[in-house]
Amino acid sequence: MADFIYQLLLTFDATLRIATPLIFCAMAGIFAERSGVIDISLEGKLLSGAFVAAAVAALTGSAWLGLGCAILASVAMSLIHGFACITHKGNQVISGVAINILASGLTVVIGITLFRRGGQTPTLPREARFKPVEWVGVDTLDAVPILGVIYRQLISGHNVLVYLTLLAVPLTAFIIYRTRFGLRLRAVGEVPEAVDSAGVSVTWLRYRALMIGGVLCGIGGAYLSVAQGGNFVRDMSAGKGYIALAAVIFGNWKPLAAFLACLMFGFLEAATSRLQGVDLPLIGEVPTQLMLALPYVLTVLLLAGFIGRPSPPAAIGQPYHK
Amino acid sequence: MTATEKTGGGASASYALELKGVNKSFGLIRANRNINLAVRPGTIHGIIGENGAGKSTLMNIVYGMHTRDDGEILIDGERVDMRSSADAISHGVGMVHQHFMLVPTFTVLENVMLGTEGGALLREGREAARARIVELSERYNLAISPDALVSDLNVGQRQRVEIIKALKGGAKILILDEPTGVLTPQEAEQLFEVLKVLRDRGVAVLLITHKLAEIMEITDAVDIMRQGEIVGHRKTAQTSPAELAELMVGREVLLEVERTEVSPPGDVRFSASHLGYTSSQGVVELDDISFEVRSGEILGVAGVSGNGQTQLMEVLAGMRHLTAGAINILGTEVTPASETNPRIIRDVGVRHIPEDRHTHGLILHFEARENMILGLQDSDLTGTGLLMDQDAIEANCRAKMKDYDVRPSEPRHFAKNFSGGNQQKIVIAREFSAHPVVLLVGQPTRGVDVGAIEFIHKQLLALRDAGCAILLVSVELDEIMSLSDRIMVLCGGKNVGIVSRDEADRQTLGLMMAGQKRTGEAA
Repeated sequence: MADFIYQLLLTFDATLRIATPLIFCAMAGIFAERSGVIDISLEGKLLSGAFVAAAVAALTGSAWLGLGCAILASVAMSLIHGFACITHKGNQVISGVAINILASGLTVVIGITLFRRGGQTPTLPREARFKPVEWVGVDTLDAVPILGVIYRQLISGHNVLVYLTLLAVPLTAFIIYRTRFGLRLRAVGEVPEAVDSAGVSVTWLRYRALMIGGVLCGIGGAYLSVAQGGNFVRDMSAGKGYIALAAVIFGNWKPLAAFLACLMFGFLEAATSRLQGVDLPLIGEVPTQLMLALPYVLTVLLLAGFIGRPSPPAAIGQPYHK
Repeated sequence: MTATEKTGGGASASYALELKGVNKSFGLIRANRNINLAVRPGTIHGIIGENGAGKSTLMNIVYGMHTRDDGEILIDGERVDMRSSADAISHGVGMVHQHFMLVPTFTVLENVMLGTEGGALLREGREAARARIVELSERYNLAISPDALVSDLNVGQRQRVEIIKALKGGAKILILDEPTGVLTPQEAEQLFEVLKVLRDRGVAVLLITHKLAEIMEITDAVDIMRQGEIVGHRKTAQTSPAELAELMVGREVLLEVERTEVSPPGDVRFSASHLGYTSSQGVVELDDISFEVRSGEILGVAGVSGNGQTQLMEVLAGMRHLTAGAINILGTEVTPASETNPRIIRDVGVRHIPEDRHTHGLILHFEARENMILGLQDSDLTGTGLLMDQDAIEANCRAKMKDYDVRPSEPRHFAKNFSGGNQQKIVIAREFSAHPVVLLVGQPTRGVDVGAIEFIHKQLLALRDAGCAILLVSVELDEIMSLSDRIMVLCGGKNVGIVSRDEADRQTLGLMMAGQKRTGEAA
């Protein structure tokens, strides 16, 4: 039983690590979609962030510089998306898909040019990565039976970006619900005409929403390649941007609910790898295939209406014409 | 033009708003041409014109939503540069748009705050905004709760929110674009009372409308627009509806068609008993509606827009399936159990002028001649062989365009390139010439100019005199009252009552539209 609890704890720990990029992307998605812009390009932004972070960290030896450049690259992608579908009123889905394809190709091409490793970046030395942060008192608390393990495994020992993502959720909620910018953001996703007639620029609001999303995706990307992993691998975002978008929809475009949805996805994935070949009490050994399929089965079930009717922003997907 | 030449009656009172030589084009369309306009403070100034005359464009220029191509805008005698709504608001211009600019998922307070939040955090300006709403709603008798969700408000209340929004910054010029289109007559009266209070407090009120009665009732002066130009300026006291209509259309118009009293209506052509319709989302749209329409009779259906008229028309036309009661059309019974579709209904002799000609009446990207055979494509009109007889189709269209005065008379023009009135005439030509026994008519003159209205009304009455049974749905009360023999009023999907033409006046119908039953109503 103690072993089971320990396993569970390790699973929760993995959940948090897996969910971190999802949470960054989901918060980015909330900003973009609440402003009325569909953001399929979360995936591409995450990927370009991951590549630039790894490449810059490899070249300069600084994880922080990598992070900064990842943010810039991801924001640049946001601006392309904005230019296509805000300034020129293009189709938001097509623009997003184009950015994903662009990111997928460009990262590999630049990667090969720079490092000649088939699109990968060199493995980063430990000092060029974000290292786990050991919290004070971990050793002292070890003596306390259950609490000590929880503190050591679950709360302490993550890198700084994991803690940042946990901060991003309440911050997103605060900005959206409590600030002037948030009020306008929510309004522009519902009735952009109302914002325009109130004398506020629809274009600039939507650009800002996309840029904030770019910053968040950039951090998420850096997490993938210089914190969770130690280098960039081609297409390493592996659909995380899309899953984050699904989490946004699950969460009904609300920060806290989307955060929980990300945790759920993270937990399922963590459980999948944790529980392979493990004998569970009462159930026995669970077939790997079933575990692998579980997140997708659950996605379909949830989207089929077990979460109630989603209420997307009314003006989502529609370019604003005066 | 005439607008700037008028004298100030001795005192050199300056203008609250002046436009000089304003032009605006959208591509090749010249929406506004050389507009000169002058509005005094403390007056209600009407701007009247047909749909598409450029009234809304002009007001959007004043409010900064559109930028003018050239010309000057002066406020209190000073030249101002209107580049965005923010400029307009800062110069004391407020606007109540035809389509409300409200976020339905927000509260009244949030909607009013939007744009003038009073700080980076909402907390900072919230109480001030709340106090302002309470103050304005008391001063102008605009009862509204700041914490109500806008989606829970009815159209009259939403309009009050819009007015509060427009006045919150202390507007000196208030523009209202077609404000009464969605209101009951009583709500419209209340609105006019508010406008009078505003006028007396020195606000310059600009009222845009296409309704002559409103101009006559409430304005002090009026400018008439036609095809993007101002074609006349009048003091309201010195003009008449007939003169205004003539200026709007450019020729003399009969405002009310003459009804000939024909022999009493004949046998019942179609009827509904306890008809009900519940949507697939479980919303009861129509509830226990019974009526009958006789040959040679027009039954008008009045009501504020969105009270079940659309659903009623679509159920009768076979586009939706009724869920309770029964319809009897010329002996053919339609019940919830029976199969219906528009084809079956057409085949028994029912013709339908849909409320929304763009989605149900025409295919805009088809040519006029093709639109002229929609629903009749299997008849002899298209020839008898395997292929469609293109010459016959074109000849058919040409003939009907001549009969119904469709302009331009070009069968190969796309439907979308005709004006609203001529589009409607295409639909009417198609449906009327197919010899209807029963006719369902929805909003026949929506977005149609005054000249075409006259024509359409005459055609409807001619059909009635020929013995057709007609059900007429319209949100224009004047239209209902001038054409109908009997009037049924819908409110909330229920039949409030049926009154005969002689008993019907605006007051009675208005109360019924608000849901008040009358006693002793006619069957």
